[in-house]
Amino acid sequence: MSAVEVNHIVKSYVDKLAVDNLSFSIAQNEIFGLIGPNGAGKTTTIRMIMDIIKPDSGEVIVFGEKLSEVSKNRLGYLPEERGLYKKLTVMESIIYLASLKNMDRSSIEEKADKLLKQTGMLPYKNKRIEKLSKGMGQIIQLIVTIIHNPELVIFDEPFSSLDPINTELIKNLLVDLRNQGKAVILSTHQINQVEELCDRVLMIDHGHNVLYGSLSEIKARYKTNTVIINFEGELGQIPGVIKKRAHKDSTELVLDKNTTPEQILKRLLDIGLIINRFEVSIPSLNEIFVEVVSENQK
Amino acid sequence: MKIRSKMLLIFRHEFLHTVKRAGFFILALSLPVLALLGIGVFHIVSGTIEPSVEVARIGYYDESGDFSQYTTQGNIIFINYETQESATQAMIEKDIKEYFIIPQDFISTGIIKRYVTQRELAAPPATAAAIDEFLSNNLLAGKVPESTIARIESPPNLITTTLTSTGDIATQQGGYANFVIPGVFSLLLALSLMFNSSYVLESLGEEKENRLMEILLSSVSTRQLLAGKVLGRGTAGLIQVIVWVISIPLLLRLASPSIGGFISSIKIPPGFLTLGIVYFILGYLLFSVLSAAVAAISPTIREANALASIYTLSAFVPLWFLSLIMYFPNNPIWIVFSIFPFSAPVMIMLRLGITGVPVWQIAVSIAVLLSCIIGGLFLAAKLLGTYILMYGKRPNLKEIIRSFRSL
Repeated sequence: MSAVEVNHIVKSYVDKLAVDNLSFSIAQNEIFGLIGPNGAGKTTTIRMIMDIIKPDSGEVIVFGEKLSEVSKNRLGYLPEERGLYKKLTVMESIIYLASLKNMDRSSIEEKADKLLKQTGMLPYKNKRIEKLSKGMGQIIQLIVTIIHNPELVIFDEPFSSLDPINTELIKNLLVDLRNQGKAVILSTHQINQVEELCDRVLMIDHGHNVLYGSLSEIKARYKTNTVIINFEGELGQIPGVIKKRAHKDSTELVLDKNTTPEQILKRLLDIGLIINRFEVSIPSLNEIFVEVVSENQK
Repeated sequence: MKIRSKMLLIFRHEFLHTVKRAGFFILALSLPVLALLGIGVFHIVSGTIEPSVEVARIGYYDESGDFSQYTTQGNIIFINYETQESATQAMIEKDIKEYFIIPQDFISTGIIKRYVTQRELAAPPATAAAIDEFLSNNLLAGKVPESTIARIESPPNLITTTLTSTGDIATQQGGYANFVIPGVFSLLLALSLMFNSSYVLESLGEEKENRLMEILLSSVSTRQLLAGKVLGRGTAGLIQVIVWVISIPLLLRLASPSIGGFISSIKIPPGFLTLGIVYFILGYLLFSVLSAAVAAISPTIREANALASIYTLSAFVPLWFLSLIMYFPNNPIWIVFSIFPFSAPVMIMLRLGITGVPVWQIAVSIAVLLSCIIGGLFLAAKLLGTYILMYGKRPNLKEIIRSFRSL
């Protein structure tokens, strides 16, 4: 059973179509990347999955059913716009927000102590939120998101304004959650993080699905049959190479569709070149993102 | 694990958050504490201070020559001087406190010139009354009997009795004694409505401003959030009103035997306390659902408070016109204000202390309040659902109307 099934959802606001006939699914035990330019409809899609807003049409199925008060307790959500009660203490904030996920007080206190200890925040448990630094506040938000052991966790721009230490903390947490068999949705502008962490991605633009699948499939789809070499000697004309692009430390060779990288390597060695570097060029997700968005804008 | 009502969790959080505030206790205990202080101060003052028996000397220079009798008025003795200069000299030498001149044309102009050594806003009432009586006594001397002069000095005591439609003496008589409790209660009711509905506004505004709203809505629905907040904060407000309602009869019982007089004549109109609770609940529900709607469309608490003042101030409108309401309690304008939902709770409570409010007016005002609460709930739920996650900008009226049309 998929953790999330999104079927043909449409959402429009007064003057704009935010999400247009979007369908996708998210499996348990995976980190699913939700990417797209600003205003693409990512947050609206997440809010529909969380049942914070209703789609105009289509449906969202979470763990085999429409989201209810009870099934909301199986979800954890770290929104892009996030904060805490400034006048409450760390523990009071955690207790109140976790109780809304149907945890009882003793379980919350026990689990909170454990998580606060893990994150080095235990000495601050009785401090007011307003006394904490921004980074500390983000750790508390993270604890509130996962304290109830959710089966589906959604992170919307979790790395924004985080220092490298906290960025690493969240990355490790995402991987841990996947390893525990949970479904994780990561929505971010930081494509390098998606490339590093995600198993599958959905790219949306103007509310449409423009790219959807596993990272390896997508990269294979956008593969350009290009190799990058660094060599010593005279390159000359090589059969099978249709274009050469010289860079500072390397040369990019674009191959015709009948030539494989292995054949080219053999031909280069045959003409006596000393090859210091030979690399099959695979486009980065960032390059694919830019290409797809540019094409979409045309 | 047992599924607990999330609305109850929000209710509990909001209730505790409100009652922990110092402002909550100050407002709840204001009426009983102030009244107890008043009773205490009365006892201290009445036990330690003797009435002043000091005799004041006031000079006068009579240009007309007609004012020489009745020179003692209570504790004030009037001393005649032959010239203004001699009166001034006596005042400088502190023989007299002050003096006045009775001009020759006093009968036609009525002007009396008064001279003092210290700046003041107006003549002290006791001095003014003594001069007034000295002048009138002299003017009437020998022209009317002494008993007539005494009556003129003490005006008639108007005793009004209210009769029922059958001519019997009504159980509820008018007068200031009946108005004291409703007057004080109305002021506190207006304050309570304003403060408690503003707690709802601040609570939602704080969650919106601190970006907590989306975290909350990932666990609860807008309906649960709104109901929990309104009921939690409202219950705290109701406790304030119940404290006042219970303390009023107790304080009267405590004060009457010891202070007596006017206090012992204070009465609570029938049904007043019950209606006080009913109008608090209805008024609070109306103001709080509107506060929720205002919080939904306002980007900051400050802006929300400014918008909310438009309707919260309307609760005080009856108090602005208090003196007019006291003299003309059944004027059609006040009947309109008794039905207009924002002013109805305070206006009905005020009028109950002054006159009998017809049952139909109470019934209509309650019906209008209930209709507005239902309409307000619809409005608040729609605006919360649409705009509570809109940060940093306020939708204009056109956008709000369009969002309602898209329903």
